[in-house]
Amino acid sequence: MRAIEPWVEGPLTTFLTESSARLVLLMTSAGQVIAQHGFTRSLDVMAAAALGAGIVASTGELAKLLGPSPFGALVHQGTNQAVFLAPFTTPRGRWIGLVVYGKETSLGLIQLFFNRMVEDLSQSAPVEHARRAVLAENFEHELNASLRALFGR
Amino acid sequence: MTNFAQQVLEEVTRIPGVRGALLVSEDDGLIVAEALMEGVDGPAVAALAASLTGRLGRATRALGKAAPVLLHLQATGGAVFSAAGGEGLLLVAVTAADVNAGLVRLSLLDAAGRLS
Repeated sequence: MRAIEPWVEGPLTTFLTESSARLVLLMTSAGQVIAQHGFTRSLDVMAAAALGAGIVASTGELAKLLGPSPFGALVHQGTNQAVFLAPFTTPRGRWIGLVVYGKETSLGLIQLFFNRMVEDLSQSAPVEHARRAVLAENFEHELNASLRALFGR
Repeated sequence: MTNFAQQVLEEVTRIPGVRGALLVSEDDGLIVAEALMEGVDGPAVAALAASLTGRLGRATRALGKAAPVLLHLQATGGAVFSAAGGEGLLLVAVTAADVNAGLVRLSLLDAAGRLS
């Protein structure tokens, strides 16, 4: 498991242990990766984050068209594995969780422990301090630092 | 089906000491119908019951035996009973520790039979 924000590791580890999920990706609503477990290639993580954020954004717009209340989680059930995608609010803003799980667990367990992880994240989040602006000349450095944190290289 | 299921659940909850009854999807561990007292965490009970039943079923099948008909998990503060209700559903009851377990079992098996 790799996380850009160290305080995310505790709640995420607990979630992984309790839920038996195969892959987990936590990202911002813009698709920036916060933490991941199970992915082995950076390209897969970046693509999954971008696609996941896109799906949440498009279903959010669909929900606005259909009614006043937004959708909660989205589940895509496959033959051998399923994808659970859910936005949630943290003290650091709106994040998205993408969870891939198999037959060794169930949607009920994933939902249950995901909700607990969201509570844990809210409690674990450090007090927000002024963030440094990411300038254009620092962008590549910041990106490489994030990739090193996520993949250890 | 929903009205019938609700009626069956309410019959189970009439037994003294039963704090709630649920109809749960066995594959997903999600609630299909429920009759729960306040304070009972339905989604957690549903997920736990489905997970336990699924794992126990896989274990007994690996031993060459049929899946269990009824599961009874006794804890210090209460108990959970789970019976196969047909069509991939489980009939689950959450009870106090001092409930008449025999009566709950009979009621659940009878209700599960009617749901099948």
